[in-house]
Amino acid sequence: MMRNNTFEMLKKILIYILLIILAIIMGLPFLWMFSTALKDPSQTFVIPPQWIPNPIKFQNFIDAWQEANFGTYFVNSAIVTIATVFGQLLTSAFAAFSFARLKYKGRDVLFFGYLATMMIPGQVTMIPNFILMRYFNWIDSYKALIIPAIFTAYGTFMLRQFMLTIPRELDEAAIIDGASKWQLFWRVIFPISKPALATLSVFSFIGAWNSFLWPLIVISDETKFTLPIGLSIFKGNMVSNYNLMMAGTVISVIPILIMYCTMQKYFMKGIAVGAVKG
Amino acid sequence: MKKMLSKEMRNFLTGILFILPNFIGFLIFTLIPVIASLVLSFLKWDLINPPEFVGLNNFFYLIKEDQAFWAVLKNTGYYSLLVIPGTIIFSLILAVLLNAKLKGSVVFRFIYFLPVVTSTVAVSLVWSWIYNPSFGLLNNFLSKFGVPPVAWLSDPRTAMVAIAIVSIWTGAGNNMVLFLSGMQGIPEQLYEAAGLDGAGPFRKFFSITLPMLTPTTFFVLVMTTINSFQVFDLVYMMTGGGPNNSTRTIVSYIYETGFEFFNMGNASASAWILFAFIFILTLIQFKVQNKWVQYYDAS
Repeated sequence: MMRNNTFEMLKKILIYILLIILAIIMGLPFLWMFSTALKDPSQTFVIPPQWIPNPIKFQNFIDAWQEANFGTYFVNSAIVTIATVFGQLLTSAFAAFSFARLKYKGRDVLFFGYLATMMIPGQVTMIPNFILMRYFNWIDSYKALIIPAIFTAYGTFMLRQFMLTIPRELDEAAIIDGASKWQLFWRVIFPISKPALATLSVFSFIGAWNSFLWPLIVISDETKFTLPIGLSIFKGNMVSNYNLMMAGTVISVIPILIMYCTMQKYFMKGIAVGAVKG
Repeated sequence: MKKMLSKEMRNFLTGILFILPNFIGFLIFTLIPVIASLVLSFLKWDLINPPEFVGLNNFFYLIKEDQAFWAVLKNTGYYSLLVIPGTIIFSLILAVLLNAKLKGSVVFRFIYFLPVVTSTVAVSLVWSWIYNPSFGLLNNFLSKFGVPPVAWLSDPRTAMVAIAIVSIWTGAGNNMVLFLSGMQGIPEQLYEAAGLDGAGPFRKFFSITLPMLTPTTFFVLVMTTINSFQVFDLVYMMTGGGPNNSTRTIVSYIYETGFEFFNMGNASASAWILFAFIFILTLIQFKVQNKWVQYYDAS
């Protein structure tokens, strides 16, 4: 019995060691990013690398926000992301309700069509969509970034699956009370779907905030750049001011970090939901 | 009274009304573009001059004559071969460690998932800095073991590996969550019974955990394959396709063909070839799953 206990303890220690090493591997780049963002150039190009900036240069952030235009990019990202999230929530919820609760001819065929298109990679549709943007004259505008993004087969799918699990008794009670379909949606189904809506909004936020390829294609006007595009100017690290670059990176990462800290459980749930059922 | 719509008609209209906004968007930005893309692939068009119908010429050119296209296919294949097993193994390790449910695991899980939510652009910039040959963290760390500096991103031999490492680092947390979910579905009794039979932790892992995880592993495999073939952001930001085009991938090729050279026909054709690759690979994976995936019936 004593041998068992030692074995158990050794196992635990080994696991902790591994956990810590891996945490360093996963977390160090973030620390490095913050560290460089707060440094002066004179402390950036040194060997061995210096971790704690001395002095701490908050000015980098101000410079990034103003001179390097990250303030503008931030506002653009914020506008596009918030609009996209609301748009996705509403259109997906409406459509999901229609698929999950209403009966009409062609419903299931249509739904299957939605699912089928989820298989097609975005690279196939991005070219015609680009041409469409030119045709609508939406290039270099918020519209190009928001409107195509509002329609998500994935969001519709996820909400529909959730709504199917809502007990029908609630529907029946509402209908007995004389509710119309609209009221059924707005007063019963939509509020009950809050957990699924929260999960969708979290993924929606991240997708919109981090979106890169599409904005790269449709926006060439610098005043309309979103954060990822603004950062991409620094690509290849052909840059004179690393600290500014890292400060800009921190600015772009902070909202996501805040959202991640506060909504962590929705992330985990959302990912698992898709998977175990296959 | 005859004006009153039948119940069926009313239901139909209500259903359509709810779905209309979503459906219109779906039509304009998904369905029609898919069809348009197919049509485009049979055309030669630079957006300025009128389009010209060329039939299957774009496809023939890509498959038969275009060295660059085959090169990017090879690069993407190499990248996938690095990333797919790498991600699965690394995520599995993370999941196993977290599944021990030691105190403080929540903190570790938080850290492991951080790279997943961070934008690939931001990640690329930080890692490019880490990979810096003279001042980067990695070479500095390796020099402590006597390893000479490696030009990670500018050496054609290491560039793709360097990018693959970042990709694994970014995606591991996501798959880790999936594996954890899968592990939580494995009944305790199996482990207990094995323990009574004298099985140690390794035996338990290989005889119980891994086989029971095969459905999850299958899902991770399919999703990782689909994603790895579509890689773009990382490559664009870290190497731009270089050095010597050694990291140029299919989507980089599509992007350049369509939005730098404005060769819409070729770009669309290559996008469809990409789809075909992904589709066939996924199909193969589904067909082969019977040989190794075990679906456990909880009865």
